[in-house]
Amino acid sequence: MSEPRLVEVRRNVLKQNDVIAHALRSQFRAAGVFVVSLVSSPGSGKTTFLEKTLTQLQPRYRVAALVGDLATENDAVRLARSKAPVKQITTGTLCHLEAAMVQNALQDWNLHDLDFLFIENVGNLVCPSSYDLGENLRLVLMSVTEGEDKPLKYPTIFNSADVAVVTKNELADAVEFDWNAARNSIQSVRPGMQIFRLSAKTGEGMEEYLKFLGQRLAEQTAVAQI
Amino acid sequence: MHELSIAMGIVDAALDESQRRGVQVSAVHLRLGALSGVVKDALMFSWEVACQDTQLQGSQLIVDEVPVIVFCTQCHAERELPSVQSFACPVCGAATMDIRQGKELEVFAIEVQEEEVQG
Repeated sequence: MSEPRLVEVRRNVLKQNDVIAHALRSQFRAAGVFVVSLVSSPGSGKTTFLEKTLTQLQPRYRVAALVGDLATENDAVRLARSKAPVKQITTGTLCHLEAAMVQNALQDWNLHDLDFLFIENVGNLVCPSSYDLGENLRLVLMSVTEGEDKPLKYPTIFNSADVAVVTKNELADAVEFDWNAARNSIQSVRPGMQIFRLSAKTGEGMEEYLKFLGQRLAEQTAVAQI
Repeated sequence: MHELSIAMGIVDAALDESQRRGVQVSAVHLRLGALSGVVKDALMFSWEVACQDTQLQGSQLIVDEVPVIVFCTQCHAERELPSVQSFACPVCGAATMDIRQGKELEVFAIEVQEEEVQG
């Protein structure tokens, strides 16, 4: 045997996922649907937040959701109360969604019938950061009960997100939530990120966030028509 | 913990290269960015399992950790971030999201063992 030789190959490990995500993004653009993915830790109130989002957008927009979960279909059952089309992606032992799972789940849906599609990732602030799902907007959700330094503990996912939502604001006083500290943490790991502070339960702050989504959809539609 | 599936992805890529080139791989060199979302220790831990019963069994994974480099518009220069907890220029303190490096998850090279030509 000869000495080992070093051969340069330069292969992106997630290329397959990225190729599918890219195809999905083109498909979403062609259909005129604005796609938002949601990432958060378990128990941050993602499903309640999404249920309220779907319910409140429905009078004006056609909305639907894909929900990733490890084993149960509880989230999909809860979200179905919003009357929006909801499909569960059960990931088994996998801790995150991949683009291929989104592609499979969307096979029998006509995207042209939708204005907004929400993709709820598995509750996890680590693994989902590596996988592009073809979304237009990645929304990271944290609740006031999780502590102001959450972004500093999970910088990669916050950095990869486009917008942050701080929820359960109705509990802020009870847990002595320091809003400035939280904002500084977010801005430190993701400078310039827009932040919404709201309560999905009471509805406080929801209007501003829903308006923002409406604007982003309108912008995408406007770009598509040029 | 998604490092096992990442490790399997690395094995697949390396196997594909080895089959295409008709060589035996003894080590895989990976460039791993600080913003890749993949933890080096967990990946190293998963490597042996991922290689089991493949032609890569017994091979080594060599990880080259890639720091985050941003472009600072105040300094007009590329700067290496000392920590991913602060996206600010380490020299002037200006915030920046102009990321130039640090998301890599790339099989950079393979070490191959070639049979010597007989005769």
